[in-house]
Amino acid sequence: MFAYFADHSDQLMSAFWEHLGIVLSVLLISIILAAVICWFLLRSERATNIVVNIFSEVYSIPSLALFALLIPLLGLGNKTAIPVLVLYNQYLLIRNFMTGMQNVDKSILEAGTGMGMSKWQLVTRVQLPLAMPSIVAGIRLAIISTTGIATIAATINAGGLGKILLSGLRTMNTYKIVWGTILCVLIALLADTLLRLLEKRIAVNK
Amino acid sequence: MTAVEFKHINKQFKNSAYPALNDVSVNIEEGEFVTILGSSGCGKTTMIKMINRLYEPDSGDILLFGKNIRDENPVELRRKIGYVIQQVGLFPHMTVADNIATIPKILKWDKLKIKEETDRMLRLVQLDPDEFRSRYPAQLSGDQQQRVGLARALIANPRIMLLDEPFGAIDAINREILQNELKSIHEKSKCTYLFVTHDIREALKLGTKVIIMNEGRILQYAAPDEIVKDPADDFVANLLKTADLKGGA
Repeated sequence: MFAYFADHSDQLMSAFWEHLGIVLSVLLISIILAAVICWFLLRSERATNIVVNIFSEVYSIPSLALFALLIPLLGLGNKTAIPVLVLYNQYLLIRNFMTGMQNVDKSILEAGTGMGMSKWQLVTRVQLPLAMPSIVAGIRLAIISTTGIATIAATINAGGLGKILLSGLRTMNTYKIVWGTILCVLIALLADTLLRLLEKRIAVNK
Repeated sequence: MTAVEFKHINKQFKNSAYPALNDVSVNIEEGEFVTILGSSGCGKTTMIKMINRLYEPDSGDILLFGKNIRDENPVELRRKIGYVIQQVGLFPHMTVADNIATIPKILKWDKLKIKEETDRMLRLVQLDPDEFRSRYPAQLSGDQQQRVGLARALIANPRIMLLDEPFGAIDAINREILQNELKSIHEKSKCTYLFVTHDIREALKLGTKVIIMNEGRILQYAAPDEIVKDPADDFVANLLKTADLKGGA
């Protein structure tokens, strides 16, 4: 087992870094995109429901099918993998971001508006801090989901740990599959720890 | 000087068959403590929420110290008006001091001044600054929370205070105490108060003037003793009778 790792560490670690790169860049793009979409959705609860429903339908499309459908448009590799993963995350992120924002007591928002806080001040000073647990929960789900679905992106040549898993599957190499899995879990844990540190930093800054 | 002037204000909400306010005109003089009395749905809350532009009228104008509030930026306007609501609406993630200092911080007051004014406000509402400054809203009783709500509304030294059933959710004993304190805070200032309530005794006790409303119209606007002596119509007379029935409560 460890001997296998020692023999193939180059290959495994390069897949690991590749995978981590995909996961982190997908998360970064997804969070920024979701935040922008949420800013516009704050105006209307109805629009929020519609958008969340659309993304939930998208989320239910099997990733293999979505990859296959988009290859003719975007081509092979990361050019398709990253947009698809970002798209999937929008459901998890927007749903959780908006739930957090909407669950803030209406009387708190009314008091804030009534005393003369601008919309931006209300969002940044009141709504965001109160919605933070729900926002972090959404990002946590996105980490797990992205790490998993990114392995399937190996089927369209996007690299990462999926490559190891697929070739392990083809050659019936159990070591390869086990190491691929362990490294996947490691990535999810790593991203989660990063998030925890970030969360603490924000909490301290308050 | 006239503090607030309503000129032919009409307002009808989208999902309602009846107007919330029906051609309301009234002059409120500076320094008055005006209680606005009526049953739920009579338009009393709508009236005060128009003054800080949480609602906009369908037609008519509101002048605040002679200036049409339409010409002012709503956010700037609200910072000059104290606003207190029944649910208090304290920010649960901020301490008592940070809650009170919300607007001063946004206006970037000097730090020392913020601290001094926050403490002064806490003492004004009978809370010991050393004991309460660093507490969170969840660590306060209902009447203490509303005291903080009052302090938060008073800190920017507004010329006008809007209070929407501020003591509606507070137990009878503490409500009595808070009423007396609010009355004395008002008497020490030149500030104009508009206080919405559905409690007749509260309206008559606190108000230097009382507005009685029904179905979006003002039935009577007069001093409390005048209203008792000379009710404008049967509705007002009946209202006073029901208050007498509850006299022992």
